[in-house]
Amino acid sequence: MQKDENNNVFKASWIYDEAPESIDHIQIKKKYELFIDGKFTKPVKGNYFDTINPSNNQKIASIADASDEDVDKAVKAAREAFLGWSSLSGKERGKYIFRIARLIQERAREFAVIESLDGGKPIRESRDIDIPLAANHFFYYAGWADKLTYAFPNRIAKPIGLVGQIIPWNFPLLMASWKLAPALAAGNTIVLKPAETTSLTALKLAEIIQESGLPKGVINIVTGAGQTGASIVNHPDIDKIAFTGSTGVGKYIQKAIAGTPKKLTLELGGKGANIIFEDAAIDQAVEGIVNAIFFNQGHVCCAGSRLFVQESVADLVIQKLKNRMDTLIVGNPLDKNTDIGAINSKKQLQTIENYIKIGLNEGAEIYQTKCALPKEGNWCAPTLFLNVSQSHRIVQEEIFGPVLAIQTFRTIDEVIEKANNTPYGLSAGVWTQTGSKIFHITQKLNAGVIWANTFNKFDPTSPFGGYKESGFGREGGLHGLSAYVKFE
Amino acid sequence: MSRLDINKTYKLYIGGKFPRTESGRYYAVNDKSGKFIANMCLASRKDFRNAVVIARKAQDSWSGSTAMNKGQILYRIAEMLEGRKEQFIAELILQGETAKGAQKEVELAIDRLVYYAGWSDKFQQIFSAVNPVASSYFNFSMVEPVGVVAIITPEEHSLLGLVSVVAPAIVGGNTVIVLASESKPLTAISFAEVLNSSDVPGGVVNILTGKKSELYGQMASHMDVNSIVYCGKDEKMIKSIGESASNNVKRTVFYKKSDWSNDACESPYLIEKTLEVKTTWHPTEI
Repeated sequence: MQKDENNNVFKASWIYDEAPESIDHIQIKKKYELFIDGKFTKPVKGNYFDTINPSNNQKIASIADASDEDVDKAVKAAREAFLGWSSLSGKERGKYIFRIARLIQERAREFAVIESLDGGKPIRESRDIDIPLAANHFFYYAGWADKLTYAFPNRIAKPIGLVGQIIPWNFPLLMASWKLAPALAAGNTIVLKPAETTSLTALKLAEIIQESGLPKGVINIVTGAGQTGASIVNHPDIDKIAFTGSTGVGKYIQKAIAGTPKKLTLELGGKGANIIFEDAAIDQAVEGIVNAIFFNQGHVCCAGSRLFVQESVADLVIQKLKNRMDTLIVGNPLDKNTDIGAINSKKQLQTIENYIKIGLNEGAEIYQTKCALPKEGNWCAPTLFLNVSQSHRIVQEEIFGPVLAIQTFRTIDEVIEKANNTPYGLSAGVWTQTGSKIFHITQKLNAGVIWANTFNKFDPTSPFGGYKESGFGREGGLHGLSAYVKFE
Repeated sequence: MSRLDINKTYKLYIGGKFPRTESGRYYAVNDKSGKFIANMCLASRKDFRNAVVIARKAQDSWSGSTAMNKGQILYRIAEMLEGRKEQFIAELILQGETAKGAQKEVELAIDRLVYYAGWSDKFQQIFSAVNPVASSYFNFSMVEPVGVVAIITPEEHSLLGLVSVVAPAIVGGNTVIVLASESKPLTAISFAEVLNSSDVPGGVVNILTGKKSELYGQMASHMDVNSIVYCGKDEKMIKSIGESASNNVKRTVFYKKSDWSNDACESPYLIEKTLEVKTTWHPTEI
C-alpha cells in the first residue's frame, strides 16, 4: 500500500461477481386484501393500488386501498377485541407476543427478501438489521406484558385502549414492530397502516398474526395512502395515535387531534449532526460517516446528514471519505454485494434530485461518485456537498436521501452552536478519543439519541425519539412502554 | 393623626427585575364585593416575547447547575415563603379566601416547595436507565429539561396552583414564563419577590399578569417555547392551544383539575412532564 493519502487504494480493479439472494422460496400473492377482525377482507369500495419494485419499477402486487368505511370496520373490530385482550392475564398476552417473535424468526429470510424487493433496501441490511431487530422487539416487549407493575413505581398502568399506528416506508416491518409490540404488551388493540409504497411485509405479518392465534381484532392492518391515514387520525373512537413520518405530517396530526382526548406520540424528521474532532480515530470516523448517511440510502430519520469536521483534519477526512465513497456499490437490492439500494419511490427520487439542484443553486460544491447506476429503477449516486453554510436549505431541511452536507469548525462551542441550530433534534454523532469531550458535548447536544464513536445503532432495549420538531415520546426500552399506558 | 398607608405597586417579574409592562397598560383587580384592590400590569404579547428571550438565555446555566444546587434553591424559596407567611395569608384573604383556607394554602405551598426541593437530586435516578443492548455498547438513557416552558397557572388557588406547576418545571431544569391567575394575581407577584430573594437566578422564573384571552395564543404558538402547560377547563382554549402548539411540535400539558390541595397534585411524574429522554451509545470493545 502506498503512503500517499490521495492514492485511492480502493480503486484497484476488483470486480465483484453478482451474489443475488434467491427469491424462489418467496410467496407473494397477486392481490392483498385488508386484514380486519382476523380475516383478509376486500375493501368496501373495491379499490386497489399497485406496489412497485423500486429497483425496476415493475409491479409486484395489488394492494387494497382502505376507505373511511374500511377504517371504521377495523376500528369496530379493534374496539370489540379490546375488553378480552386487555383483561387477559399479562402472562398470556406475553405468550402470544413471544409466539409472533418466533414466527418472524422462522420466516426471517422470506421477510428480508420481500422487504428488499418492495422497498429497495440492500438485502444485507434487511437480512441483518431490519428483520432480526423486528423479531427482537416483539421478544423484548413480550416479557414486559406480565411485569408492568415494575415499570412505573407507585402507579397503576392500564392500557390506553384503541391505538391507531401509522408507519413509514423506510423500515417497514421494523417500524411496525416498534409500534405493535409495546402496544400489545400493555393490552391495547390496534389499527395499523403501513406506508403505501411498502405494505407487503405488514401484510405478511398479518399472516403470522393469523398463524399465532392472536385473538381476532387485536391487530388490524389497513393499507392505503394519506387519505387512509387521515381517516385513522380523525376517527372518533381511537384513543391514541402513534405516527412515524415527516415533520410536516406530524404537525398536521398534532393540529388535527387538538382538543380531543386522543393521546399522541410522534417520531418525525431529523437533520442529525455528525461531529468529527481532530483527535478522533479518523479511519473509524470515516466508516461512521458512511454508515451515518448512506445506510438505507439515507432514508433514515436519524441519518447523520450534516457532517462537521474540525478544520485541522478536514482535508484529510474529506479525501478519505471521497475515497471510501468511490468503493460503494449502488445497485440491485437483492445482491449481497450491494451497499446502496434503490430509492424507495419515484416521488422520493424527485425530492432528492430537487434538493441536489437547490444545493447547486445555493452555490455549494458537489461531489458525486461515478459509480454505474442501473438503467431501470430509482437510483441516486452517493453525494456530498462542500462549502455550505448554516442558512443553506440543504443544511436546514431533511432530504431523506444519500446526500451529505459538510461543514468545518474550529472550537467545540462553535460546533455545539451549529449542531443545535436546526428545528430538529433527533440524533447526533460525535467522534473523539477524549472521554471528557464526549460527555461534555453529548450533554450539550439537543438530540434524543446520541452515538459516540458509532452511528445508526438500534436495539429494542434502547429508547429512541426526538427533541424539538423531531417529535415527542420514545420507542424502545422501558421508556417506550409509557407511550402505550395510562394511569389510574 | 392617622397615617396614610403606602400602597404596593405590583409589576411584572422578568429576568430577575420588576419592570412595568412595555405596553403601559393596566387592569384593576377588585375583591369579591367589587371594591378596588390594586392596579395590575396588563402584560402584552411583546412582554411575553421579551420574557422568552430572557428565559432562553437563562436556560443553559440553570439546567447546568447541579441537582444539589437546584434543590437548595427550592428549599430556600420555601424558607423565604415561610418567613412571609402572614403577608401571603393577608393577600389571599384580600382576594376572597377565608382565613382558614388562606393559611392552609400558604402552608401547603411551602410544603410543596420542600417536597420538590427533595426530588431535585432523585428524579434522575427514577427516570434514567442503563439499557442492556444486544451488542458491544454501553447504552444509557437520562432525562434533561425540555427547555423553555410557558405556563398558564390555575385561576383558583392562585398561590398553591402556581407553586404546584412551577416547582416541578424548574426543578427539572427548565426556565419558565408564567401567566398568573387573572382574577387573583396579587400573590403571584409577591411570590416573585420571594423568588428574587431566594438565589433563583434571574430569568429562571418570569411572571406576567394580564389577560389569558390575549396572551394564550402567543404562548402556544411561540417558536422558541418548547412546552406549554395549561391549567383550566376552557375547552375552546385547550383546542386552540393544541393547534398552535403544532407549529413547532410543542409538548402540551393540560391540567383540568381545580383542586390543587391534595397529595395527588405532587409527584415526580409532574416533573417528568417537562423532561426529555436522551439516549447515548458508546462502544465497549477496543
